[in-house]
Amino acid sequence: MKRYDLIVIGGGPAGLAAAISAKKEGINEILILERDNELGGILNQCIHNGFGLHTFKEELTGPEYAARFIAQAEELEIPYKLQTMVLDISMSGEDKLVTAMNREDGLLRLTAKTVILAMGCRERPRGALNIPGFRPAGIYTAGTAQRLVNMDGYMPGKEVVILGSGDIGLIMARRMTLEGAKVKVVAELMPYSGGLQRNIVQCLEDFDIPLKLSHTVIDIHGKDRVTGITLAQVGPDKKPIPGTEEEIPCDTLLLSCGLIPENELSDKLGVALSGITSGPVVNESLETNIPGVFACGNVLHVHDLVDYVSEEAARAGQHAARYVQKLSGSAAEQSGAVSGKAAAASDEAAIPVLTEGGVRYTVPQMIRPSCMDDTLLLRFRVGSVFTDCVISAWLNDTCLVKMRKKKVAPGEMQQLMLKKADILAVLNPRNITIKIEEA
Amino acid sequence: MEQRNLICISCPLGCALTVTLEDGRVTGVSGNTCPRGDAYGRKEVTNPTRIVTSTVTVAGGHLPVVSVKTDRDIPKEKIDAVMDEIRRVSVSAPVRIGDIIIKNAAGTGANIIATKNIRTA
Amino acid sequence: MYDVVIIGAGVTGCAIARELSRYKLNILVLEREEDVCCGTSKANSAIIHAGHDAAFGTLKAKMNVAGNAMMDELAKDLDFPFVRNGSLVLCFDEDQLPQLQELLERGRQNGVPGLRIVTGPEMKEIEPAISDEVKAFLFCPTGGIVCPFNMTVAYAENACENGVSFRFHTNVSDIRPLPDCDCWQILSDAGETFETRCIVNAAGVYADVFNNMVSSRKLTITPRRGEYQLLDKKAGSIVSHTIFQLPGKLGKGILVTPTVHGNLLVGPTAENLSDKEALNTTQAGLDEVMTKGRLSVPSLPSNLTITSFAGLRASEAGKDFVLGEAEDAPGFFNCAGIESPGLSSAPAIAVWLAGRISEKLQAPKKENFVKTRRGIPCVAQASPEQLKELLSLDPSYSNVICRCETVTEGEIVNAIRRPLGARSLDGIKRRTRAGMGRCQAGFCSPKVMEILERELSMNPLSVSKSGPGSELLTQTTRAPHTTSGGKQNETI
Repeated sequence: MKRYDLIVIGGGPAGLAAAISAKKEGINEILILERDNELGGILNQCIHNGFGLHTFKEELTGPEYAARFIAQAEELEIPYKLQTMVLDISMSGEDKLVTAMNREDGLLRLTAKTVILAMGCRERPRGALNIPGFRPAGIYTAGTAQRLVNMDGYMPGKEVVILGSGDIGLIMARRMTLEGAKVKVVAELMPYSGGLQRNIVQCLEDFDIPLKLSHTVIDIHGKDRVTGITLAQVGPDKKPIPGTEEEIPCDTLLLSCGLIPENELSDKLGVALSGITSGPVVNESLETNIPGVFACGNVLHVHDLVDYVSEEAARAGQHAARYVQKLSGSAAEQSGAVSGKAAAASDEAAIPVLTEGGVRYTVPQMIRPSCMDDTLLLRFRVGSVFTDCVISAWLNDTCLVKMRKKKVAPGEMQQLMLKKADILAVLNPRNITIKIEEA
Repeated sequence: MEQRNLICISCPLGCALTVTLEDGRVTGVSGNTCPRGDAYGRKEVTNPTRIVTSTVTVAGGHLPVVSVKTDRDIPKEKIDAVMDEIRRVSVSAPVRIGDIIIKNAAGTGANIIATKNIRTA
Repeated sequence: MYDVVIIGAGVTGCAIARELSRYKLNILVLEREEDVCCGTSKANSAIIHAGHDAAFGTLKAKMNVAGNAMMDELAKDLDFPFVRNGSLVLCFDEDQLPQLQELLERGRQNGVPGLRIVTGPEMKEIEPAISDEVKAFLFCPTGGIVCPFNMTVAYAENACENGVSFRFHTNVSDIRPLPDCDCWQILSDAGETFETRCIVNAAGVYADVFNNMVSSRKLTITPRRGEYQLLDKKAGSIVSHTIFQLPGKLGKGILVTPTVHGNLLVGPTAENLSDKEALNTTQAGLDEVMTKGRLSVPSLPSNLTITSFAGLRASEAGKDFVLGEAEDAPGFFNCAGIESPGLSSAPAIAVWLAGRISEKLQAPKKENFVKTRRGIPCVAQASPEQLKELLSLDPSYSNVICRCETVTEGEIVNAIRRPLGARSLDGIKRRTRAGMGRCQAGFCSPKVMEILERELSMNPLSVSKSGPGSELLTQTTRAPHTTSGGKQNETI
């Protein structure tokens, strides 16, 4: 049986960038497995612009951004299989056994030295939000509506209420309006929007669509098709305030209430998951607790910008390639059994990255200094809005880096650059702490 | 002197801009972190423009519609007119990224170009 | 002229149709919705009760115990998921121990096998997740769980194969005796008429309406709403038994149970209503479900709900099932007040009622009755060998459409093409589970819509969630194709 160097699960922006970078790093036996009928993942339905400012220094639409990576993958002759669903990933000794299925090959069992998890995320559905009421047609997650409109050419409704001000919801408010629908209101449970400011301006304000913060949908009407919803203001406890109920007639309710990394395969494999990100816990190499299994993109943590996904995924690809190279190096040295432990670098204790104050999580969650590149981008999100604040990283009592910010919000991912030299300079490193303080 | 507060939409940073006007003329932009913000601020208070993205029907392609965009920003008040034109056209597969679907859409000087490759089905 | 018209294609209506199809009879099932299993049968606890609840001698007690005993063979013959996982009735209060004892004795009297009261450390050995507050429980090894959708669909398909006709979208508006012929005329609100020698009234929450059209012995059916929360499969193994609470100070109690597909189901509330269409959930109801569920299983997670729903029990004023021929309306057979344990009782009710009707009509048995039915192949549960064989027969079983539940194109196409096939998203969901997983059809609904459109040559704008009125799309963004076929991108 063929033994791949790397199998990438998912051919979206993360999977593509990971595979491309691994190939450039010098490993050859790579395979991308994609469940949809084309590469590019969710970018294919994100027809709006705003992608690529960091990566390509120009503003592209989602399909254009995807096309650039697809072209690179094709140029590098990285093989991929479309309409291929991975059913299971398991360990076979130190190799990874990937079970997948497609029309051409039937049931596939593939072996790989490394696996990169790049399965992306899914949207939180109505059921998970526990909105009471009837269960008629006309309730869609914003992403499902986006697919219907942008890829299938169908409108899921004419009079729309959107719950949740995540970016997909904002983008769909504009898109549905441009296609002739009336978007009556975007309601957001929190006192701030989860979406980017620019999207509030160009998707809502441009079209006079009201954004109601601290509001939620408390009832859905209509037996067959949605006929309306009840909106209510919520208090600081996020519970509806009696007397603020307002009935809004509509035929459609779009939900843009958060994304959940799709880690069912990872979980089955035994990958340790973070309770906060719902993604794998990873070290500086974006490697999970299972040696040779890496994660990147929205399966790791939900990103706001695809540019960051590409950057992160490229790092995952690089580290996977190095793992493979180390494996073959140690195999050559020992000319015997291949040891995954040898490839998993040193046994040095990883320094945990802790959070303090309003910082919700970080990726990575631990760092092995000897395995670091000269610098490491640490990404994180905050739990609420902060203005005029200082974000800092500490190792024991030593401040590694400090950054002033005018405003940070939960909708925007933050990042800090850590230097390897700074970390190595501290004796007896116990833990790294990321803090945010209002000045 | 008049001051207008804007959120820059040039990139996802969303800088909070303050544009100062005198007799309808922009005399200064502050709060921006790059030259694009300055340009945006000046334009937004005098002649606001937007990129429009949408889809166009494709016959015989691997997908029924192809995504498109205006190849430059157009005056905000022309969005509806441009959408009207986009809605009326259809093209045949194959379509390549960059193919011009409509020239000079709604007299804006902007072309509508494809943003996705569509294979023949 | 039909021999028998059955009003209602829920689990009892379909079960009766199947049992009657053993006889040489001309049978029609009328259903107002677009599919079978659209009323009470689709929104309930999916429990096959052991049979200790109902008072000795009641129809509920008899039919429940008899129905429960039939389930193993039936599930095999008709190929639907059924698991005898056993059930527990928890007692939280020493003062209530006599009531638990009473339940045990009632169960034994009803003929429920294997019942015993468990106390002490053995309780946690049997079910580790139950609350420390539990003082004792009644252990009922014959309790089970079933897929109510597939049970109903299986009955209907088997009836169909044995010659029973089904008419959907048919709302019965009146029933009249035909003069001089001991027959009945049924009118639909679309103006159709059906003539028949016998009628079976299996109309769920509306059974009182039809009974009261023909009989002076009036029935009153109150829809009693029950709200539920269905949890992710991640929570499915928290408990392995169906866990009831002994009715007490807190009312009837909430059950916590695994489902045959590995989810966890918590509910139902009990609320008497007047509106027979009030299938909406409420914040209070959903909250109550979890609060009370945690009394039994404190570890019930609050963030793993994937959907919530409400069902209406058809609760008759007399508190028992109303079964058999109406005294003052010969040929009109009631199957009314089928609330819990209705699902468990359906197999026995059907056999019993089919016996009465065939006797009245002096119908002989068919020689060519087919008693088995094969369900849709299930890729998610297939062994590697079964899967290989399936894929070699039809590669469309390799194309996964619903990623959460691993439901393939082959299964969806099968659900559409088989007798009484699915015609809507919900029809597909109930038959195959596509859209029933944790993303709740976010990813697969556009694809399932496309398959429905293709298989049934439908206008995409008529594809619906659950029949006319529930269409999913309102218009197209596509420009009308120009007949000239001019290639726009070259001509401009």
